[in-house]
Amino acid sequence: MAHTGVLRPGFIQLRVLDMPSAITHYVDRIGLHQVSEGPDGRIYLKSADEFDHHSVVLRRADSAGMDVMAFKVAKDSDLDRFEKRITDYGYVVDHIPPEEQPGIGRRIGFMLESGHRIELFAHAEQSDPKPLTLNPDVWDYEPHGMRARRFDHALLYGPNVEKNLDFFCNVLDFSCTETVGPTGNLIAVFLSAGMKAHDIAFANYPSPGKLHHISFELENWNDVGHAADIIARYDISIDIGPTRHGITRGQTIYFFDPSGNRNEVFAGGFTFYPDHPIRTWDEGHVGKAIFYYERVLNDAFLSVVT
Amino acid sequence: MTATHFRIYVKDVGAADCNIDERVLVALERAQGLGQLNPLPCKLPVGCRRGGCGICKAKIVTGEFLRTPMSRSHISVDDEQAGFVLSCSIYPRSDLLLKLECSTKTGTKGKKVISNEEENQ
Repeated sequence: MAHTGVLRPGFIQLRVLDMPSAITHYVDRIGLHQVSEGPDGRIYLKSADEFDHHSVVLRRADSAGMDVMAFKVAKDSDLDRFEKRITDYGYVVDHIPPEEQPGIGRRIGFMLESGHRIELFAHAEQSDPKPLTLNPDVWDYEPHGMRARRFDHALLYGPNVEKNLDFFCNVLDFSCTETVGPTGNLIAVFLSAGMKAHDIAFANYPSPGKLHHISFELENWNDVGHAADIIARYDISIDIGPTRHGITRGQTIYFFDPSGNRNEVFAGGFTFYPDHPIRTWDEGHVGKAIFYYERVLNDAFLSVVT
Repeated sequence: MTATHFRIYVKDVGAADCNIDERVLVALERAQGLGQLNPLPCKLPVGCRRGGCGICKAKIVTGEFLRTPMSRSHISVDDEQAGFVLSCSIYPRSDLLLKLECSTKTGTKGKKVISNEEENQ
């Protein structure tokens, strides 16, 4: 399969209520590394298993939630190509100059009908630590904390989920991997730019622009257990897990950062090819779809967002 | 002697013990688990426990407390001056009397579910 156009999630910018506790959480507990601090106080973080400059941006603010999720595209000309397609679709595209975030080239941005800002960029400098490439050991520095390997995806809550589905599939060339609910009144959609079970997902919610969770990938189920030990040891606010999702099959824990933004760490999940049919969950199986072992939603899943 | 724990009275519901270094919501969660908050009119609204999601909004009727950051999306300056807090983000400094802002509504399966009285924004 030739992987062109949108490659993968690039970064997400989160709002946090208190920066020192956020850094402790994402660096010491999740296991990310701090790459740099910007002149405006934004903090740039990455996993040591990611090449690009950063994948998580923290911004101090008076409310929690997300500012923007950005995807990396294969080449600079893709930005022009996507700008035309997005504009033709009827959305307004704006332009962010290179180095507005350190190490990241020019970006184009637009607002989804769910109230979420999405950006695309083609260029990212690499930063240390990063994976080795010559006779590569599995890591340069031994992983710490929950040993997160990458910022993997986000689940976003807002209205007009089916409009987002149409936009991502017909303008950004994503594939829909799974849906929840009846056609014409979908509860949630899962979208992939490549071979992962999802790179972004949306669930219907009356308020626009909400964040349900950002997710970090771990190596295996044993690391999910290790993450649970860290959550207990450091009294991190737990939501649910360890458990498994029926959707994607990922083995998972949901918990909260010190500002109340939900995090996930997960391992596994099925491999998707673009010729695969969409997997669907009907309303009668929504509990099993979300929490496969419990087979029922917890109160927080539908109502707790930032 | 300096007090190390306080009583959290929930208006019309009951009371919970809360350590001085413990979030009020966490003490209420434990009290609910121990059956000390009967008859709570609705399931205790527990979300992020870190001041972000706003679901545990409460009004402090009387008492002193230490405040930690809570989202302005849920506790505006006016709310703050009127005594509203997110109960996950306060620590007691005296006995407290509070009123939960949660409401009950019947979900599609007849199960009682929690919602905030106002739209989260």
